[in-house]
Amino acid sequence: MPSLIDFRRRIRSVKNTQQITKAMKMVSAAKLRRAQEAVVAGRPFAGMLQRMLANVAGAAAGNDSVNDHPLLQQREQKRALVVLVSADRGLAGAFNSNVNRGAQKFMQDLPGVAFEIEAVGKKGRDYFRRRGFTITGDHQNFSRKPNYGDVAAVAKKVSARYAAGEVDAVYLAYNEFKSVMTQQFRMVQVLPVPLPTGGVTTNYIYEQPADELLGSLLPRYVEIELWRSVLESTASEHAARMTAMDAASRNATDVIERVTLQMNRVRQASITREIIEVVSGASALK
Amino acid sequence: MAATFELEVATPDRLIVREQATEATVPGKDGYLGILPEHAPLLTELGAGPLTYTVGGVRHTVMVGGGWMEVLQTSVRILATVAEKPNEIDLKRAQGALDRAEQRLKDAGENDISRALAAADRARARMAVAAEFGR
Repeated sequence: MPSLIDFRRRIRSVKNTQQITKAMKMVSAAKLRRAQEAVVAGRPFAGMLQRMLANVAGAAAGNDSVNDHPLLQQREQKRALVVLVSADRGLAGAFNSNVNRGAQKFMQDLPGVAFEIEAVGKKGRDYFRRRGFTITGDHQNFSRKPNYGDVAAVAKKVSARYAAGEVDAVYLAYNEFKSVMTQQFRMVQVLPVPLPTGGVTTNYIYEQPADELLGSLLPRYVEIELWRSVLESTASEHAARMTAMDAASRNATDVIERVTLQMNRVRQASITREIIEVVSGASALK
Repeated sequence: MAATFELEVATPDRLIVREQATEATVPGKDGYLGILPEHAPLLTELGAGPLTYTVGGVRHTVMVGGGWMEVLQTSVRILATVAEKPNEIDLKRAQGALDRAEQRLKDAGENDISRALAAADRARARMAVAAEFGR
């Protein structure tokens, strides 16, 4: 039977852990607020771009130079690239394994395709490197403070590889921020650019020919999709970590309660035993 | 009450302007465009330069460095690659960027010219907007 001192040590150790989890929860909560603001701030641009792209694509449809655009080339998928947006750090509940498993399942469902990974975030890189995938790029520290320039550079690199024919499709894998409690794994195709087919509702005056306009919008579209997924993933990461750390803190409280109860029982038992010893000792003298 | 249109200027990371404007002058890729309410629908690429607009009789300026504009009857949406309000412009950095771009133009080969030109345009646009506000 453990002695009282062992219980006290255990309680102190759990309390220490709880302090850390509580602190991490607070930090994540503060970061989450900022990340959420960034997601909201990025929405108008993404929405406008989507609408504009739909309009321009409708107007330029059927134009030969549109079908020739390097970012619209439909090729048979032999090699594909997955841009995997994960976190640099763990202790975020199921956050990282969600992306990793989701992406892995997606790749398994397309057996004829050779996949490569462009890793944004350390956890995803490690997971797929252990499983023997080719990691074509490794980007870290994006989620600390997402910077548009950094993200755009990755998008440019990926677009260039696609345009050069090194890969036949590019997908984005990330966690979408639904709410603080739920993050949803998402896998979207960005290249070849899936042109929205909203159809033109407005008859625009085009200052530049529609196909030229489309050509300039497409690279930006890839950047924005990646940018948005990084922002969503960042918000999701902090939300997931906050929830996980909150659960851990509550669990620590439960453990402390249980151990304290056990400790009191042991203490009680030893007191009772002593009384019995004294009483029986006294009665033996009679 | 004069007619107005909704002017929105957004960059990838934020919405800079959302106001009911009565007039806007926009740096199009092929020259400046004046927009009044009920303009015909129009789509264009933008160049670098000052974007001025009037809200309630007061003129405002923001620096826009490339992007796209969609004009509809009651709204004007601008997707800017970069956009800055006059008080956000870093003059020293703009001057430095301009110097570097001009240097690149002088000794760069053919391949770099368009990028250097674009950089110089952006720097000049920043300085023009800042100058207008007496800084």
